[in-house]
Amino acid sequence: MKEIYMDHVATNPLHPEALEAMLPYFKEHFGNPLSLYEPGIKAREAIENARASTASLINAKANEIIFTSSGAESNNFALKGIAFANQNKGKHIIISKIEHHSILNSARFLEKSGFAVTYLPVDKYGVIDPAIVEKAITKETILISIIHASPEIGTIEPIAEIGKIARQKGIIFHTDAVASVGNIPVDIQPLNADLLSFAAHQFYGPKGAGALYLREGTRIVPLIYGGIQEGGRRAGTENVPAIVGMGKAAELAKRDLQKRINHVKSLRDKLISNALKVEKVYLTGHPEQRLPGHASFVVEYIEGEAMLLLLAGKGIYAASGSACSSKALKASPVLISIGTPAHLAQGSVVFTLSEGTTEEEINYFNEVFPQIINQLRKISPFAKGWGDMEDKTCTPRK
Amino acid sequence: MYTKEVMDHFSNPRNVGEMPDADGIGTEGNPVCGDVMKLFIKVTDNKIVDAKFQTFGCGAAIAVSSMVTEMVKGKTLDEALSISKETVANALGGLPPQKMHCSNLGADALRKAIEDYKNKQQK
Repeated sequence: MKEIYMDHVATNPLHPEALEAMLPYFKEHFGNPLSLYEPGIKAREAIENARASTASLINAKANEIIFTSSGAESNNFALKGIAFANQNKGKHIIISKIEHHSILNSARFLEKSGFAVTYLPVDKYGVIDPAIVEKAITKETILISIIHASPEIGTIEPIAEIGKIARQKGIIFHTDAVASVGNIPVDIQPLNADLLSFAAHQFYGPKGAGALYLREGTRIVPLIYGGIQEGGRRAGTENVPAIVGMGKAAELAKRDLQKRINHVKSLRDKLISNALKVEKVYLTGHPEQRLPGHASFVVEYIEGEAMLLLLAGKGIYAASGSACSSKALKASPVLISIGTPAHLAQGSVVFTLSEGTTEEEINYFNEVFPQIINQLRKISPFAKGWGDMEDKTCTPRK
Repeated sequence: MYTKEVMDHFSNPRNVGEMPDADGIGTEGNPVCGDVMKLFIKVTDNKIVDAKFQTFGCGAAIAVSSMVTEMVKGKTLDEALSISKETVANALGGLPPQKMHCSNLGADALRKAIEDYKNKQQK
């Protein structure tokens, strides 16, 4: 059976050229970058080269890039590091309701540590209105953190406008750009961001490599104390091969970005228009302002995990935000935030394409997806409507 | 994540559909939680002679529904009432722990269907 991977927002395969670049740093160039002899110097040079190409991907300076282990670490670092560095100025933080868990849970941690957090609402497309951000600002506000693009619904936020407001008010602005960097052009200058998180595996780099852009002159408190690695802001012997892989992947992403966008966009549009031909299938997120390879839906009267299993049975791998498909057994907070009724959120399914996705794969998908919807609707008691089952609340069963 | 038996009953569910002349109907669950099962039974001489189901839910919920309809056929009402969540889960070779409660609706839907049948008899 052919395998069609349509979950690129979860992760991506490593680019062969990135792997090639990494290999010597597992073997002959194994030195510790802090060591003063040849193998150490080689490793140090490799990290600095990677830093330059990683910075270049987002039009930053090399000294503004801090390597981390993941997008989640970068997000934790940004929120906690800026909050603790500025707590004498104020203790108010603004985020949105559709942030990644690494932002949401860091914010909850900060609440327990005495900070106040405002969680901004979004509209039905998941867009955050910059005017609402401006209204939420108080004299105590020290940090605004808004996601650049949602991995769940694909919506791209008006980050440049929000960043402009933050800059005018003199408030530090962070954006979680894990889902966007490498998938759309991300230039740190027009975005007006002081910090920006991204991760290598979102653009064919290795897992275990992330970065935090920190605008020159911005003070931050480290998460990890120890040696002088990363300018003393992130201690621990560097993961040299992963950093080298991130650098190579960044270089390739910069080179191929427009080609990748053109490729996935037309395939995605084909997928979306076909899926929406099926009765009672709705697009989630913004119809135009969305990630180019991202197609997300809610399908009425059936459940997401069941769809994923049947799709996997046909060799198609995808994601869902339904309660059953999450380990926490809770419907996606993002879908609830855009006003999706909880029973409809169960029918969530997310497809993300890449430069490797082919026309043939999309044609096959377009054939299979309606069949699977029909197959599950034939089993569903709601094939003719939700009846009195709408708007119930869920109390856990014993 | 799921056993072979679960995947078999999920991919090829037995006894799917509505039963227009059902003697008892039991509905359990709630779509906001993610799973709803509707179970139909046909009863002759105190025995369940046929069973059908409709289910909204994840793979486990559909497999449980299919398995329950298979298990009850030919059983007396008392025998059917002795079927528990655990019996169904065991017949499927086990369910993931987080699915034991939310998706394991078969035994409860069955109890409701039998109750519905008995209520109708008394009328």
